Amino acid sequence: MAFHHKIEPWAYLLVPVLLLMAFFFVPMGMAFYISMLDYSHAIFSPSFVGLQNYVRLFHNPHFWQVLWNTVLFTITIVPVMIVIPILVSLVVNNQLRGIRLFRALIYLPVVVSLVVAGIVWKWLYAPEGLINYLLSFLGIPKIGWLVSPDIALYAVSLMVIWKGVGYYMMMYLANLQSVSQDLYEAAEVDGASLFQKHWHITIPHLRPTMALVGIISTIGALKLFTEIYVMTHGGPIGSTETFVYYIYDQAFSNLNLGIACAAGFVLMVIIFGLSLLNIRLFYLKAEKEALNA
Amino acid sequence: MLKRMSTYGLLVLLVVISVGPFLWLLSTALKSASENIFQYPPQFLPRHPTLQNFGAVWHAVPMGMYFLNSIIVTGLAVILNLIFSVLAAYPLARFEFKGKNTIFMLVLATMMIPFQVIMIPLYLMVLKLNLVDTAGPLPAYIGLVIPFVVGGFGIFFVRQAMVNIPRQLEESAVIDGCNSFQVLSRVIVPLIVPTLATLAVFTFMANWGEFLWPSIVLSKPQMYTLPVGLVHLQGTFSSNWRLIASGTILAMLPVIAFFVILQRYFISGTLSGAVKG
Repeated sequence: MAFHHKIEPWAYLLVPVLLLMAFFFVPMGMAFYISMLDYSHAIFSPSFVGLQNYVRLFHNPHFWQVLWNTVLFTITIVPVMIVIPILVSLVVNNQLRGIRLFRALIYLPVVVSLVVAGIVWKWLYAPEGLINYLLSFLGIPKIGWLVSPDIALYAVSLMVIWKGVGYYMMMYLANLQSVSQDLYEAAEVDGASLFQKHWHITIPHLRPTMALVGIISTIGALKLFTEIYVMTHGGPIGSTETFVYYIYDQAFSNLNLGIACAAGFVLMVIIFGLSLLNIRLFYLKAEKEALNA
Repeated sequence: MLKRMSTYGLLVLLVVISVGPFLWLLSTALKSASENIFQYPPQFLPRHPTLQNFGAVWHAVPMGMYFLNSIIVTGLAVILNLIFSVLAAYPLARFEFKGKNTIFMLVLATMMIPFQVIMIPLYLMVLKLNLVDTAGPLPAYIGLVIPFVVGGFGIFFVRQAMVNIPRQLEESAVIDGCNSFQVLSRVIVPLIVPTLATLAVFTFMANWGEFLWPSIVLSKPQMYTLPVGLVHLQGTFSSNWRLIASGTILAMLPVIAFFVILQRYFISGTLSGAVKG
């Protein structure tokens, strides 16, 4: 049974669809138009410059620096985000007493806000902070985690990883619980080692989830902002300035709305392919399964 | 036995890594003025634990207002998201009409638009409509929440749950004389409560922690939400880590309380957004 009316569905759809139009598609069009305006001479009467802002962007070494920083963040964070949570999920994939409590505690960093997590880590990274103290036992001298241009990017990445591990752990765990135990038992009979069992059974089983984790964590890394704002403000000397931080800075500090919107579109093009892959792989698949069910 | 012991050992190590940083901040918040919080080597436990830093931060910045603002904005986002998602999902799940596929594709397409691209026009719109804090608290709340009251993800997620409900249940309701709205409110919504709870938690999490948008639109400290307030606190009292630590711990408490009570929905709620990107 399905309702066949011409008007009724629109009565339900009207308000939500108007809101989607007003707050997604209209601003999208506006953003593209703004990206063709030059605000640098007169903030209240920008001049139309066509695609000039995009040309300027790609001739700007500062923008390339920001792109490079974002790439560095991504290649630092994503591989770790794919691998470490698998190991953690293997540790928590059992029925030991209290395991649910352990899982919840490991999940804790996921539920707190980014601002809270940023502040927590800023305190850990203080020159006289806990991390430097713990490292002193290994004979490592004090490190200026957030003040050294060579280190800050990796220090922020570590915090991002710390906050994300629990999340991806849960995704892998849901997946792990569907591996047939018979496979492991058969492998044990054949004398497989722990490593061999996981390499030949667990990893192939987790591959689709690994792809998903790779896509999501890449999109996340490309959009880093709050972590940066709280911990480093893009510094020291621009070493942690990310794509979104640049957009924010251009728009709201320099009032260069045209350049900011142009950079936004470049970001969207970069993310577009990933989102499309994401939607094709997972939404449309879920859709098909639902229809076949 | 040995295997179990080593698993517990690893579990404890993981918990120390994930929870330890919070405990270190808590320890700092509990240290009294007589203790040097920058002392090296650090003092793990406060020598004379005190709660007075929490009172101090409450008076140093309008913490109460931050909480109130965050609760109002997040509450509005959750309620409106549930309503609009259910309304939009229903025809997409249960009606046949011209343009259905187009609308569905538009809904999916909104998920591919990064907020960072549209935030500048959104800001100009909100300014134009005077939905900013200089116009008063109510316009400010509307401006804070309006980009987040409906989203493709929520609509998709609810529609998915509706599609999975067997249609026989609705047929008997129609035979009993229910119109389509009564079918929605009396038959379908009660059946998808777990999905709605999951969506509610997801929306709560996304909005409670939101920093970028409120930091753009807010100018009055009285209207700050918790994340903006915490960043402000950290900027203003940059050397007073007792205050920063206490404020941060206070801000965490509601989320932790929710997490303890609604753990199951928290995990499904955060994971449901996995494919949102």
